[in-house]
Amino acid sequence: MSTFKAKVFVTLKPSILDPQGRTVERALSHLDHGNVGGVRVGKYIELTLSGTREAVETQLRDITENVLSNPVMEDARWELSEA
Amino acid sequence: MNTAVIQFPGSNCDTDALHAARLLLDERAQFVWHTEAGLPEGTDLVFLPGGFSYGDHLRSGAIAARSPIMQAVKAHADRGGFVLGVCNGFQVLTESGLLPGALSRNRELHFMCRPVHLRVENAATAFTGAYQAGQVIEVPIAHGEGNYYADAGTIARLEGNGQVVFRYVDNPNGSLNDIAGIVNERGNVLGMMPHPERAVEALLGSEDGAGLFHSLKAALVNG
Repeated sequence: MSTFKAKVFVTLKPSILDPQGRTVERALSHLDHGNVGGVRVGKYIELTLSGTREAVETQLRDITENVLSNPVMEDARWELSEA
Repeated sequence: MNTAVIQFPGSNCDTDALHAARLLLDERAQFVWHTEAGLPEGTDLVFLPGGFSYGDHLRSGAIAARSPIMQAVKAHADRGGFVLGVCNGFQVLTESGLLPGALSRNRELHFMCRPVHLRVENAATAFTGAYQAGQVIEVPIAHGEGNYYADAGTIARLEGNGQVVFRYVDNPNGSLNDIAGIVNERGNVLGMMPHPERAVEALLGSEDGAGLFHSLKAALVNG
């Protein structure tokens, strides 16, 4: 039984228009950062879980795919480390 | 026709929904709190109202879709019971898997609140029988995340099956194929971003939304 820290990253799928990212990109360009492109705005979620690594990984996969992200329009990945 | 209007923390069109249901369907329409395990006995229509359930945190409709009452709403839909999701209610329906697709930020990122024109694409559903196919109606929108998206296969299936019920005449939010409202394959679950319940009396500026409630009432009587 250990405690783990998870970092979950959720981004819109590449095929989905990201108006927030586009707006930030345009703003950066107006601020003389015209060389910046490909801006995508996503979400970063932190969680702490306790249990065996195997159980926690299964649970985290479920949480990430079924609650924290919407697979219709988002991609999600996670990193897990012992706290 | 007995209506249950589901209230989530952050629902703000619940009173409008209840008013429209009592005015046009049945005086017995009532609120049901999201923590309830079941719907009232004899519920014919579940109305998921607009608003910002759980502050739209995580994603609009995501947390509400996983609240206890939604199990009962799904069971109701599986039995063929009517479910109407308007605005945030539409988002709850896609998040809960009762309708395909997803609703993302409006193309221009602005919250939009104004009357729009909708074309009734399919007048052969339980929700639209009182309209004529091709009829244009005026109903208000009020949303920041109404941009309907689904993958190409899903869009083709929706179009092929006549599941696109309402289409924007002037697409305000970037929705694919100008989609404003869709039904499930069985035709008993409708989700739409515009607010028919806010257009049921001349006093409100339009009565064009009333047809939806008249349609449901007729559909229930005619089985």
